[in-house]
Amino acid sequence: MKVPVVKEILKANDRVADENRSRFDAAGVRVVNVMASPGAGKTSLILATAARLRGLRPGVIEGDVASSLDAETIAAHDIPVVQINTGGSCHLDAPMVQAALPHLPLQEIDLLFIENVGNLICPASYALGADLALVIGSVPEGHDKPYKYPGIFAKADVVLLNKADLVDVFAFDAEYFARGVRMVNPEVPIFIVSCRSGEGLEEWTAWLHQWLGAGAADEALAAAVAETAAAEVGPE
Amino acid sequence: MHELGATQAVLQTALETAREAGHGRVLAVDLVVGELSTIVDDSVQFYFDLLSRGTAAEGARLRFRRVPGEATCLECGHRYGVRPPLDPACPACASPLLRVSGGQQFLIDSIEVDDEGSGGQGDPEGE
Repeated sequence: MKVPVVKEILKANDRVADENRSRFDAAGVRVVNVMASPGAGKTSLILATAARLRGLRPGVIEGDVASSLDAETIAAHDIPVVQINTGGSCHLDAPMVQAALPHLPLQEIDLLFIENVGNLICPASYALGADLALVIGSVPEGHDKPYKYPGIFAKADVVLLNKADLVDVFAFDAEYFARGVRMVNPEVPIFIVSCRSGEGLEEWTAWLHQWLGAGAADEALAAAVAETAAAEVGPE
Repeated sequence: MHELGATQAVLQTALETAREAGHGRVLAVDLVVGELSTIVDDSVQFYFDLLSRGTAAEGARLRFRRVPGEATCLECGHRYGVRPPLDPACPACASPLLRVSGGQQFLIDSIEVDDEGSGGQGDPEGE
């Protein structure tokens, strides 16, 4: 006989993600889930963003298959960090994040970045309890990534395109990239940035401050730059 | 590795459902998988076969129903099913202005259990 079930397969993970979110909320921590390919610049962008946070205290959870290289890089900047080694798993899940929380001084953190494992596939399926899903693309990966991995771009609350200083080198078509993102996620803000040259980082962090609700002065700036950014890469 | 975690969840649900239904064995599991969810059928079955050894779901067959995403052309209104990699232009009018939705599901739809199972005697997992 057939027994109807109709159940989300990753429901158990989602339950733990909700618990994580409650803990973050109770501690007053806003959380960003940072997802991208290996080498897209997740760690660099976290550091560049943290350096531009006005009066907000950052923290980081580093997810890697193995090693603590990225965590050491973060710690060298005096930012509280905890490393999760997934032991081969290609994504973070909510229980891994939950297990990491006792090792972080949540009361001393305003904005927590969770750097997911470098991968454009699996991280999209696992909620962690974050408030903001940040997906980073990078120019050397090619402008076809949203078309090949639409799932992760569909889940993004904000998209950064990093390594803008290499657009000419790679004959990267930013409009084609943006059209692919908007195909699955019409309203998502897209910022073109370069951690190396600093291009676009002010606009991105202004948007982030606006999202965090920090300061009316920032808000006007963020609205202005968001408009500019949308005009630059939006659909014609 | 993505599929491993997902398959563990599938197996757990299948065993719980069979137990609650008071039946012995899981014969088949019907799954609904969106084409944009990046789940590989063969890989899930492979892990399922490994993980289910010695449980009431050993030997169960996984049946996949694939659900495509739906693309809508913003210029001509043409609607059609899609899977990655997404085509950057509408097949009807070649416009690049498309919207894709759906195709993200990953659900257990139903589970087929043995009517003449263990009849509620003993631990169904202990078979």
